[in-house]
Amino acid sequence: MTLVKTKIGRRAFIRNTGLAGGGLVLGFNWLASCKMTPEQVSSLPKEWFNLNGFLKVGDNGLVTIMSPNPEIGQNVKTAMPMIIAEELDVAWKDVIVEQAPLNTDIFTRQLAGGSQSIRQGWESLRMAGATARHMLKEAAAKAWEVPAGEITTKEGQLMHEASGKSAGYGEMASAATAIEVPEEVELKDINTFSIIGTDKKNVDGPKIVTGQPLYGLDIQREGMLTAMIVHPPAFGMKYKSMNAESVKSMPGIKDVFHFEVYPETVEKQWSDGGGIPELVAIVGNSTWECMQAKKALQIEWEEVLKLESTAYHDEALAALMDKPTEQPARKDGDVEAAFKKAAKIVESTYSAPYLAHNTMEPMNFFAHVTSEKAELLGPIQTPEFLERTLVSRLGMPAEKIDIMMTRMGGGFGRRLYGAFAVEAAAISQKMNAPIKLVYSREDDMTQGTYRPSYRVKYKAGLDENGNLIAWHVRGAGTNDDLVFEHRFPAGAVDNYLAEKHELATNVTTGAWRAPSSNFIAGAEQAFMDEVAEASGKDPIEFRLELFDRAINNPVGDPKQNDYDPERYAGVLKLVKEKSNWNGTGNGKARGVSAYFCHDSYVAQVLDLEEGSGTPRVGKVWCAVDCGIVINPLSAKNQVEGGIVDGIGHATFSAMTFTDGKPNQSNFDTYRLIRNTEAPKEVETFFVDNGIDPTGLGEPSLPPIVGALANALYKATGRRHYSQPFINDRPPLVG
Amino acid sequence: MALFTLNINGKKQEVDVDPTTPMLWVLRDHLNLVGTKYGCGIAQCGACTIHLEGTATRACMLPVSAVGNQAITTIEGLSENGDHPVQKAWLEVDVPQCGYCQAGQIMTAAAFLEKNPNPTEEEIEMAMNGNICRCGTYLRIRKAVKMAANS
Repeated sequence: MTLVKTKIGRRAFIRNTGLAGGGLVLGFNWLASCKMTPEQVSSLPKEWFNLNGFLKVGDNGLVTIMSPNPEIGQNVKTAMPMIIAEELDVAWKDVIVEQAPLNTDIFTRQLAGGSQSIRQGWESLRMAGATARHMLKEAAAKAWEVPAGEITTKEGQLMHEASGKSAGYGEMASAATAIEVPEEVELKDINTFSIIGTDKKNVDGPKIVTGQPLYGLDIQREGMLTAMIVHPPAFGMKYKSMNAESVKSMPGIKDVFHFEVYPETVEKQWSDGGGIPELVAIVGNSTWECMQAKKALQIEWEEVLKLESTAYHDEALAALMDKPTEQPARKDGDVEAAFKKAAKIVESTYSAPYLAHNTMEPMNFFAHVTSEKAELLGPIQTPEFLERTLVSRLGMPAEKIDIMMTRMGGGFGRRLYGAFAVEAAAISQKMNAPIKLVYSREDDMTQGTYRPSYRVKYKAGLDENGNLIAWHVRGAGTNDDLVFEHRFPAGAVDNYLAEKHELATNVTTGAWRAPSSNFIAGAEQAFMDEVAEASGKDPIEFRLELFDRAINNPVGDPKQNDYDPERYAGVLKLVKEKSNWNGTGNGKARGVSAYFCHDSYVAQVLDLEEGSGTPRVGKVWCAVDCGIVINPLSAKNQVEGGIVDGIGHATFSAMTFTDGKPNQSNFDTYRLIRNTEAPKEVETFFVDNGIDPTGLGEPSLPPIVGALANALYKATGRRHYSQPFINDRPPLVG
Repeated sequence: MALFTLNINGKKQEVDVDPTTPMLWVLRDHLNLVGTKYGCGIAQCGACTIHLEGTATRACMLPVSAVGNQAITTIEGLSENGDHPVQKAWLEVDVPQCGYCQAGQIMTAAAFLEKNPNPTEEEIEMAMNGNICRCGTYLRIRKAVKMAANS
């Protein structure tokens, strides 16, 4: 048992917040309106008792657990309540999960980003369950007049062995509400976990497979209007004028107007990044009518900033590859001197285009703003920051603004930037009506907030024994400086130089699943293979030697390094064993890769299969060290999804521009990976080390690009330096 | 605007809409059957897949005026209690991540298995190739289709 103080997030433990009662929060009714089966209805308790802001216990022992963080497909809506249920010690079958609304009084960090929901929620979620269990035990102790320390719990049952007394949680729930919230609580020994570490299916699964309303786009309300926006056709253009009048008379159209999303007075948050300051809104009765009006509308735009093309981005990034930075990000030893005495030098440049997030559910939001209050409901990864912007944009105190998150049809970082919700609120305020803002796929794909375009140049020096003696990385991105100077191989090479440039561009960018890592991991791990080949060593042995160096005799202060070389080497050794790596690839073209990001370690081996003339990914072995795995089933799903996502984007996808205008606007021109192109098989292995959990939504994506590139090299004898690989002639896939 | 009588999930439904309106928006905006999803509007992603007389069809490019008396089935009407073999397999395999595309995937799989109850792996992949899943659940989709075929 571990004793922890309940100090962190203590506000969450103030009872009777009203939250779990359901009446306080707007949007609840909508989400709860999904049809329940007669069995579900008959088994619902007559009365619920709030033990803290995270949970309520019913008089029949059913427990409702609030999932605080936004759900974008990373499955926190199942995993976070599992942690609470574990410490509460309730049977998972007796748990009902509800999405919590934004409530900064109760929850901390209600944000989906950086793969941090579980890592940062770990302690407070455990505490929420443990505190409630403590209060139930205290209530039973009072009722039975026995010491609380003698009471044990199991799956929602309280037991006192000496007296033979026992009761369900439901019987003690009412009395438990009168128990003082403890100053500190005992947490379970991790070796006694019975829910954490077991496979639990997605709690929304039954609703998903029957098509029940779960997503922002599914919202329907009495009197609700539909709104669409028109944004400038090119980055660098701004609204000038339009022929709104003829369109206003089209069937079903209520209004067409130009508006400022962000007047100068608005205090913007980082989450407003990528938001377009001025737009045209079309408001009508239905989506199709708005789409027709949108087609008919003629708008004149004017150029206010340079209209950039992909050729410009590529040339400007390429120019930075030859430009030293004034101040290196990290410098150990002297790379120039080492290159002079090196027996071999390897040098390569890798690049990747802009990418769109392309969540399957396009951006949308419901807003109902009146003079009294604002109700916002929809898909948002950063509700707390949205609230701050709305306070300023609507001129309304936070208490009058209610924000509820729906399940999201994908996030990938796109919904960190909630300008669309601000737009919805502004349109509702102007129309004085409830509205649902809907982006068309084209609006969504051409709006911006893209994964930046990147370029990185590596140079490595080997001595006559094939030992790595110098490593120089110089990277650049559009609105992003790309390089993580303290990541591997920093600390493992005597002479190390990391430099980073940022190219400011007018095409807007944002975080895209595993920001920067999503490109640099693949580049670094492909280059590492080139260097290993030049050294004459096996690529895994070459990497392990470097980790040995970082473990036994690190260069510089090891505290500077972001990574733990033992855990890094651990996943590499595990994947080596599981894939039966013997250096030859067992007759198949095979690549390896390992990367650390979001506090987790991933190593992968990828086999290509000879298909009908073109290689296809066969099997992927993946070793992961993310500490304690909450839900192995969905953890494997995440890893698998990240691998497919990484392979798909590196192989097929690109956003390009001509005079500021995106050349791709829908899935006919922007290619996403499809079923026949996904790996035949993925097998995932988790390191079992009992360390507190770290990120898992992102870490499996970055390294797979390197494993793919390395296997492609084995298959074709050609290195692929430029993404998407499909454009790197001759065609390789598809 | 024109009046249409549609046969949806075994029920007659009347709508008064512009004849060019795609079935996707008729279902979603006018009949509150929102299980059929909007993804691209140009029949590229498959999120809007419904059954038209048993054939998997993209609702986003099917004008309401072209439907006539043909029977439409949506995800809401695929089974009475969510217990169609494909739905059961989807849950058993825990296919969904974000879940948004899955109604379309399920409708494609159900229509496919009606016509080909014992498919090979290659046939399953090809049948499911028109449906994009941005989360990358393709491996589990294949597994679930196979499981449904065997049940």
